[in-house]
Amino acid sequence: MDELQELYREVILDHNRNPRNFGELADATRVVAGVNPLCGDKMTLYVKLTGGTIEDIRFRGTGCAISVASSSLMTERVKGAPVAEALALFERIHELLTGSHDHPPEGLDKLAALGGVREYPSRVKCASLAWHALKSAVGDERTANVTTE
Amino acid sequence: MTAAEHEVPRLRRDFAALRADFPALRQLVHGKPLAYLDNAASSQSPAVVHEATALQQRLNHSNVHRGVHSLSERATAAFEAARDKVRGFINAASTKEVIFTRGTTESINLVAASFGRRLAPGDEVLITWLEHHSNIVPWQLLCERSGARLVVAPIRDDGSLDVAAFETRLCNRTKIAAFAHVSNALGTINPVAELTRKAHAAGAVVLIDGAQAVPHLRVDVRELDCDFYAFSGHKMYGPTGTGVLYGKTAVLETMPPYQGGGDMILTVSFERSTYNALPYKFEAGTPNITGVVGLGAAVDYLETIDFDAVRDHEHALLEHATRRLLADVPGAKVVGTAPGKAAVLSFVIDGIHAHDLGTIVDREGVAIRTGHHCAMPVMDRFGVAATARASFAFYNDFGDVDRLIAGLHRAVEIFRG
Repeated sequence: MDELQELYREVILDHNRNPRNFGELADATRVVAGVNPLCGDKMTLYVKLTGGTIEDIRFRGTGCAISVASSSLMTERVKGAPVAEALALFERIHELLTGSHDHPPEGLDKLAALGGVREYPSRVKCASLAWHALKSAVGDERTANVTTE
Repeated sequence: MTAAEHEVPRLRRDFAALRADFPALRQLVHGKPLAYLDNAASSQSPAVVHEATALQQRLNHSNVHRGVHSLSERATAAFEAARDKVRGFINAASTKEVIFTRGTTESINLVAASFGRRLAPGDEVLITWLEHHSNIVPWQLLCERSGARLVVAPIRDDGSLDVAAFETRLCNRTKIAAFAHVSNALGTINPVAELTRKAHAAGAVVLIDGAQAVPHLRVDVRELDCDFYAFSGHKMYGPTGTGVLYGKTAVLETMPPYQGGGDMILTVSFERSTYNALPYKFEAGTPNITGVVGLGAAVDYLETIDFDAVRDHEHALLEHATRRLLADVPGAKVVGTAPGKAAVLSFVIDGIHAHDLGTIVDREGVAIRTGHHCAMPVMDRFGVAATARASFAFYNDFGDVDRLIAGLHRAVEIFRG
């Protein structure tokens, strides 16, 4: 597998072509607009929180394959999860995207495919936008807008 | 007198030899020969520019217009020589009309801040839909400050300006008309002399954003008759951090200073300061001396080149690239097809985002720009979030185009299997 195939793994291409949980969520309790000013990628994340659980989650937006696949994979993974688990996952994804190669976080399953961006510094933000939006939607410091800057 | 002294040096049109003057073009990127097709963002410099800046830094470094010692005199002479080279390059009437700035953006901000002081509620600033953010946002800020209104002339589906609509938006309230000579996102060349005449007839002053024009076209500011012409050094084969604002003496003389500081004053007391003559009144503080000396070297270099041949060569590259893109890359679509446009190929490919294209072709050694090109309104006008853009310079060749197409094939292969 060359570096490009490492970046554009089948799971990334699949989630880009057929993004899961794509669209608006009419009864969302939290809506966050995310923008990557470098490239103009935009996404809106809709979250329905019930108690401490992400009961439903959807997203809309335009972006590159990495950005769309990251959003899709993220929503798939955290739908139905407790907020605390989603926030812990944010930290592990952050480590995956920016940490060293020697000890990638374990147990990420499909999400590990996002680690391909580490070889492409200018693309890390494409993968991280959705996760910043998630943190901002369910974390303690909630904001309605996030950017990758 | 010998025969040699009578010989007029022939302008160069040997593009393969010219390419060899650019050290950066001789490198491998990811193991592949570099095909540098991001010239509209920033162009590479010839070795003579590197040598000029190195000499300035190694032996002549000192401040300008201040010292009486030899190094300062040398630096001042080199700095002012560059001003005269730029004057000749754009055919300005006087070096008083050549103001050095950090780049096109600062040149436009200077006019918005200084000339803009006279704008009042009810006045209008007319721009076009084609503008780079640097020819939009300074005017928006000015309008917020002054209560003036920003008016935008629309473009057609091919990316050309709707000149009639531009004209109908001109009126006696229009104080400034500001437009690009060449669009950075689409390559459209505006009929700037005609637009200038129409704007003048309405009583407006005219600023032309020439950042994308000076590297490719011969520009004569007196023929254009514009009041201001702004451009950047780093897009015309010179160093970053250098730019020029050309302004007509008669207009510059009516304008208050832009920034205050050293070099722009005649006398300073706590009650009142008096300001230096043109162009120094608009050059507060120590300028980018090394960069300007490099810019002067870039102008010297460009003066040896046949710009008619440059136009033909770049046009041939654009035609070849457009033909191959549309014939050989499934799902490719060109954005911006104005007749006679500059050598800028903005395009999208179905199902593959521009950033993914940019990353994939980079692995093939091909540098292109991907994104909104600091022209979000243009992107919105064409209903795209981003495009890929290959922009050509005279040092590019047909091999560069073929490597781009090969890179795009790789992208299609990855995305469509």
